[in-house]
Amino acid sequence: MAKYEPVLLKNVGVEGVRNLKVYRERGGYAAAEKALKNHTPAQIVEIVKESGLRGRGGAGFPAGVKWSFLPEKRQVTYLCVNADESEPGTFCNRVLMEEDPHQLLEGIIISAYATQTTTAYIYMRVEFHEQFHILQTALDEAYAAGLFGKNLFGTGYNLECFIHRGAGAYVCGEETGLIESLEGKRGWPRIKPPFPAIEGLFRRPTVVNNVETLCCVPHIIERGAAWFKSIGTEGSSGPKLYTISGPVKRPGCYEAPLGITCRDLIFGDDYGQGMIDGRKVKGCIPGGLSVGVLTESELDCKLDFDEVRKYGLLGLGTAGAIVIPQDADIREVLANVARFYSHESCGQCTQCREGTNWMYKIAMRIALGAGRIADLDLICEVTRKMGMMPGLSICGLPDGAAYPIRTIVEKFRDEFEQHIRRQEPGRVEQVLKRLNPAIYELPIIGQRGSHTYHRAG
Amino acid sequence: MAWQAVDRIHPVIDKDAPQILSDAVREKIRSFFPRYETKRAALLPALHVVQDALGHVNHQAMKEIAEVLEIPPSDVLDTMSFYTHFWDHAKGEKVVVVCRSLSCQLMGSDAVLQAAREELKIEEHGTTPDGKYSLVTEECLAACDHAPCVLVNEKMHKRVKPDQISKLLKDAKNDEITFPRSSLFDKPAKKATADPADLPRTSDVREMKES
Repeated sequence: MAKYEPVLLKNVGVEGVRNLKVYRERGGYAAAEKALKNHTPAQIVEIVKESGLRGRGGAGFPAGVKWSFLPEKRQVTYLCVNADESEPGTFCNRVLMEEDPHQLLEGIIISAYATQTTTAYIYMRVEFHEQFHILQTALDEAYAAGLFGKNLFGTGYNLECFIHRGAGAYVCGEETGLIESLEGKRGWPRIKPPFPAIEGLFRRPTVVNNVETLCCVPHIIERGAAWFKSIGTEGSSGPKLYTISGPVKRPGCYEAPLGITCRDLIFGDDYGQGMIDGRKVKGCIPGGLSVGVLTESELDCKLDFDEVRKYGLLGLGTAGAIVIPQDADIREVLANVARFYSHESCGQCTQCREGTNWMYKIAMRIALGAGRIADLDLICEVTRKMGMMPGLSICGLPDGAAYPIRTIVEKFRDEFEQHIRRQEPGRVEQVLKRLNPAIYELPIIGQRGSHTYHRAG
Repeated sequence: MAWQAVDRIHPVIDKDAPQILSDAVREKIRSFFPRYETKRAALLPALHVVQDALGHVNHQAMKEIAEVLEIPPSDVLDTMSFYTHFWDHAKGEKVVVVCRSLSCQLMGSDAVLQAAREELKIEEHGTTPDGKYSLVTEECLAACDHAPCVLVNEKMHKRVKPDQISKLLKDAKNDEITFPRSSLFDKPAKKATADPADLPRTSDVREMKES
């Protein structure tokens, strides 16, 4: 196979590409000019639809189709750019904004024109300090050059663009949570429908797109939908940024056509280059924490939007791989994953608020060496009783919690059982007594601690 | 153990207290209004501006933000309490954030956190007595390729080893970013205001006595 030529990352490492002048010299903003001068908004939506560009934020919803949901007659439309990248293991948006901010801005101009957006907001997580200053500087520069504001490229189209900084909440990466947060409220996801395309930010039609999705748009306009479709696999077209972290030799962000295997990503010469210190792979979380885990024997899974589901995973997610080495304690991994979701659950839906905390408690119990075999079944049962798939929650966060926890417990069950069998006798009682002394001082009625008052005689 | 309860009898805010938001801060908050359709949408930027200026956002500041945005103070508290970034009690000049998510944990963030704890002699969410540092942990900072990572105010420190923590925390310039700053948001205030009204949250919780 010929060496893959990067598209999204083509400007990475180029000296001074954060400056507008250098970016323009490398052919920047030509696609935006072409789109605004030669195409109507409807034509661009058609091109993007035809290219099969699917949202890179996790759900994989076709971007062009999303745009076409906007109502015909509308005065004001908003475009929200989702730069609230908080999925553990994912940092491709950070790289895009840090290395090539103008590419994102160009994507915003074209997408905003296609959706006839009046104002675009970039919702950026607050932990991106350096990235904020880079992007804000780039945006100021673009404003000064007349790329934003009034009468873009002399076409009479007006567009405002602002960066809105978040304040540290994972759930604000959910599109309606993001909208609520932008309105100055708690980042509680909204009940859908109405979908944001009908009633979103300030109750106006709104499009929410991921940074990486928008960065693909200029290239589609420049080179055409057919070119875009020729990259990747059937149903998952285009280049994708894969990120890899954990104990590999070369952790980082790599661009590849959709559909490379997880093994390639870890061991490939162009990507991770194998493990450090000759460590072995125990498993790999291939697409951001929420999708679930692959065992060592399943590493040949193709990472595209559809193939991963055959391995019991939620989806491709954000394609941020975390490699778990052989010497890592799987109980610690489970406890870490469970803690993340119990910390980030927004607290709106009962089964998520309580369920994630239960799972964290169970996982902690197992990690402390006080697990029981029944705990493994219990934790799996909790995961099946939460999320959008049984239809119980407003947003997808509990699904994202259920999949990794369930797949870790199910795929590494032998290991958990070994650990539990090796526990010293009496450890369970000892730890539980420390965690919750009250229940051990209850009177025992019918072999169970009872809350009913026990009367002697 | 004595019962502790939140004091709801005495007012949280002194009505006669002078304003703590300066005119410049108010003007900066107002400069965000044209960006949004509603004034409430400027709340998150306003909280950032106030936290950058005062170090934290106490009840008095919340009330004054509410005045500027023309919303009830309870709405400000409602929104603010959702986000982990905002402090309602005095924090250190520099906040040390240690990432504890999976990638960082696999690369040894536990040892880094332990080293930071020992170096600063404080627990998580604690502040050193001299008010220089606060130590917190956070979920993924989106720098997994540089795990384990530590954020000091605005500066991300990458691939931190436990034995580097001591040197890192002694460095006076450990929070300076190398990129040119945008003037939209100020640098976090160097000297957090030491006002008696800015006592930590525990001061709201008073021991209930029989009196």
